[in-house]
Amino acid sequence: MRLVPRGEAPALFVAAVSLLAVLLAFAASLVLLALYGASPWEAIAVVYRGVLADPRGFAEVLRRAVPLTLAGAGLALAFRAQFWNIGAEGQLLVGAVAASGVALFGPGEGVAKLVLMAAVAFVAGGLWAMVPAYLKARLAVNDVITTLMFNYVAIYLVEWLIHGPWKGKSVFGFAYTDRFPASAWLPLWPGTGLAWPGLVLAVAAAALLAWLLGATKLGFEVRVVGENPEAARYAGVRALSTLLQVALLSGGVAGLAGFVEVAGTHHRLLAPLQISLGYGYTAIIVAWLGRNRPLATLLTGLLIGFVFAAGDVAKVALATPFQLVQVVNGLILFFLIAAEVPIRYRVVWRPERG
Amino acid sequence: MEGAEASPPSQETPPFLELRSLTKRFPGVVANDRVDLSVRAGEVHALLGENGAGKSTLVSMLYGLLQPDGGEIRLQGRPVRIRSPRDALALGIGLVPQHFLLVKKHTVAENVALGLSGVPFLAPTRALADRLRRLGERYGLPVDPRAYVWQLSAGEQQRVEILKVLVRDVRLLILDEPTSVLTPQEARGLFAVLRRMKAEGHAVIFITHKLEEVLEVADRVTVLRRGRVVATLPVAEVDERRLARLMVGEEVALPRARRRAGRGRPRLFVEDLWVRGDRGYFAVKDVNFQVHEGEIVGLAGVAGNGQSELIEALTGLRRPARGWIRLGERDLTGHDARAFFEAGVAHVPEDRTHRGVVGSLSVAENLVLKHYRYPPFARGPVLDRRAVRAFAEEAVARYRVAAPSVATPVRLLSGGNIQKLILARELHGRPRLLVAAHPTYGLDVGATAQVRRLLLEERDRGAAVFLVSEDLEEVLALSDRILVIFDGKIVAELAPDEASKERLGLLMAGVAA
Repeated sequence: MRLVPRGEAPALFVAAVSLLAVLLAFAASLVLLALYGASPWEAIAVVYRGVLADPRGFAEVLRRAVPLTLAGAGLALAFRAQFWNIGAEGQLLVGAVAASGVALFGPGEGVAKLVLMAAVAFVAGGLWAMVPAYLKARLAVNDVITTLMFNYVAIYLVEWLIHGPWKGKSVFGFAYTDRFPASAWLPLWPGTGLAWPGLVLAVAAAALLAWLLGATKLGFEVRVVGENPEAARYAGVRALSTLLQVALLSGGVAGLAGFVEVAGTHHRLLAPLQISLGYGYTAIIVAWLGRNRPLATLLTGLLIGFVFAAGDVAKVALATPFQLVQVVNGLILFFLIAAEVPIRYRVVWRPERG
Repeated sequence: MEGAEASPPSQETPPFLELRSLTKRFPGVVANDRVDLSVRAGEVHALLGENGAGKSTLVSMLYGLLQPDGGEIRLQGRPVRIRSPRDALALGIGLVPQHFLLVKKHTVAENVALGLSGVPFLAPTRALADRLRRLGERYGLPVDPRAYVWQLSAGEQQRVEILKVLVRDVRLLILDEPTSVLTPQEARGLFAVLRRMKAEGHAVIFITHKLEEVLEVADRVTVLRRGRVVATLPVAEVDERRLARLMVGEEVALPRARRRAGRGRPRLFVEDLWVRGDRGYFAVKDVNFQVHEGEIVGLAGVAGNGQSELIEALTGLRRPARGWIRLGERDLTGHDARAFFEAGVAHVPEDRTHRGVVGSLSVAENLVLKHYRYPPFARGPVLDRRAVRAFAEEAVARYRVAAPSVATPVRLLSGGNIQKLILARELHGRPRLLVAAHPTYGLDVGATAQVRRLLLEERDRGAAVFLVSEDLEEVLALSDRILVIFDGKIVAELAPDEASKERLGLLMAGVAA
């Protein structure tokens, strides 16, 4: 048996293999559940009843899918330009910080205030990504490392703010800020915990980024730089400017995710792990599963959102640990990486000939 | 065939290696055409030829990387089949590649141990270090077995490659352009090693396109041209002049292009230009020339004498260290590729698949690779796909690019069609200066004729054309004026009537003509 490179696999085949990988990951998760002592059949029933058949449960899927899709669509764009942005988590957090700053101390009333919060969150997330992008383009500093390290800077920035200058006056020793004024809350879909403007933002961001990639000068430059940097230089594409714009957009939509989380769910700035649950890291899986197509992250974001929501339900009904979600996500990633082999190679069942 | 007298047919023992009528075809080309070659033990045998003469193909077959389509390979009188490098090594044939294949983060000993049989699983390099030291002393190849490869100079890395081969007890050593990465001092060291190997009874095949090296180190030389053996001669019987003539050929040039009555004003000014190569040395040294409107200036030279760096400087891809580049009144020195393009400089690049196109993008997208940001292809920040498509349809028809559709990814196109696509793009918008690097290299006859016709049309339209080519026939056929580059300097300027292939060949080799 040997592997022969197959050139480019048809899109439908890639989709089918990816779907198979996800199903295998789910199957492996059920085996793990069984080892943990829970009945897999019961788990399926619980998840079906609590998530898929229940409108309120499904709203939870959407609530999780919103930040995952926002950050994931931005990462899809970044990865297409070969900007290896592992820093969506940090960009999301500084977006949350910026939105909180406007909510707590900024001007404005009503919708204007929310729009201002979103805009400031976008800019903050974008700037957070532009620093590593600038270092990459100008000094060839490894972007994987800088974007990753910037996550920790963002995490400690949030920690410092909620323990220090922004610590709430009415929260009796807890480490978070005061509650936002009601004008800084995103409206909810009636009867659910879903801030529907977030959903609108996520769909709009995925669609806009897809349009940008396919129909604009910047998108063309991104594809040229990403596919063949040498040809890009030859064609007169200015890599620095392209990369900075990509970083602004990629980090910006992650910042928007941070805005949606604080304005839609928490209504205050609190500990980094409570704000994000690792959405920024998980968004890497969302982008990859969507093969770096922004529009596809609408689907893959929904899928990973489902994993989060199902984990919540299972935690309550089956007393499984919350970490199960991470395990399932890890399994999805694991099977996706394995799926690269059949996508890139054909298996040939005969001995090598000379 | 010349020089049959040089290989005495009545040898007592058969030669170590003998090739009989070895043939290799690629689509549209015969890379090796009935090649005969014999190499004896205790001999350094040079393989001389221009780029594209078929040297690398021949070596690839000897080392099991390619399979011949005809003919046979004999080792010590017995026919053999070499299916892989593993086979080659088992038969005692080793290759020192032109571009080293070493793991930079490993030590010398670790690199040698890789893939070597009989290496213990634990502490694989302990016994080897001693052996390497002994081998190094015997052949004059001093290398510290514990040094990391990234710490070594190019010359030292080459020693490691040679040791890798010697440690496997090979009898025939093939060195592919071994001096291309060496300083002159390192090259002298290498020649001493080759002489030592000869004395130890090894057979050595030494591939080069440098005449003086052949004369310095080889016992016999086989000259290849366009895939065929032109001659095999004892080095004692040849001189540089004769070798140069054999290498570039003497056949009558094709009918030359119709000359234009007169050229226009000077358009490209290159003054006192110094450009550094990737390794920091000056690759272009004090170059001065002009190209006029309506004139093709051809630059002849052996690869690696500064052409690539000069082209990159003339198209904004490499910043000169000193000097000026002006186009008409406009000083372009120090500007980037976009500025050169906007000033009217078109560039047909040397490496057409890696630089000239983006393989995964469509024919239409590659046709606007440079123009996408200007009207009519862009309106504000948005691309006008309809305008792109219309332009692409027209360009594909006009330049006869054979593609299933303008939406086809370019990597599915043949080399000739990719080149036509590049020309279609570069000639759009009537460039003021066209820099064309090896524009017909590897193309079939039809595509070559079309590309040449396009270059002449550009000239007749009034563009300045700077043509860089190793194909002397092409330089002679197209140029109104010929410059010769050697070691980064322009060593001669000739009118086509006063230039002959032989004279150019000598100038290119650094021999005053």
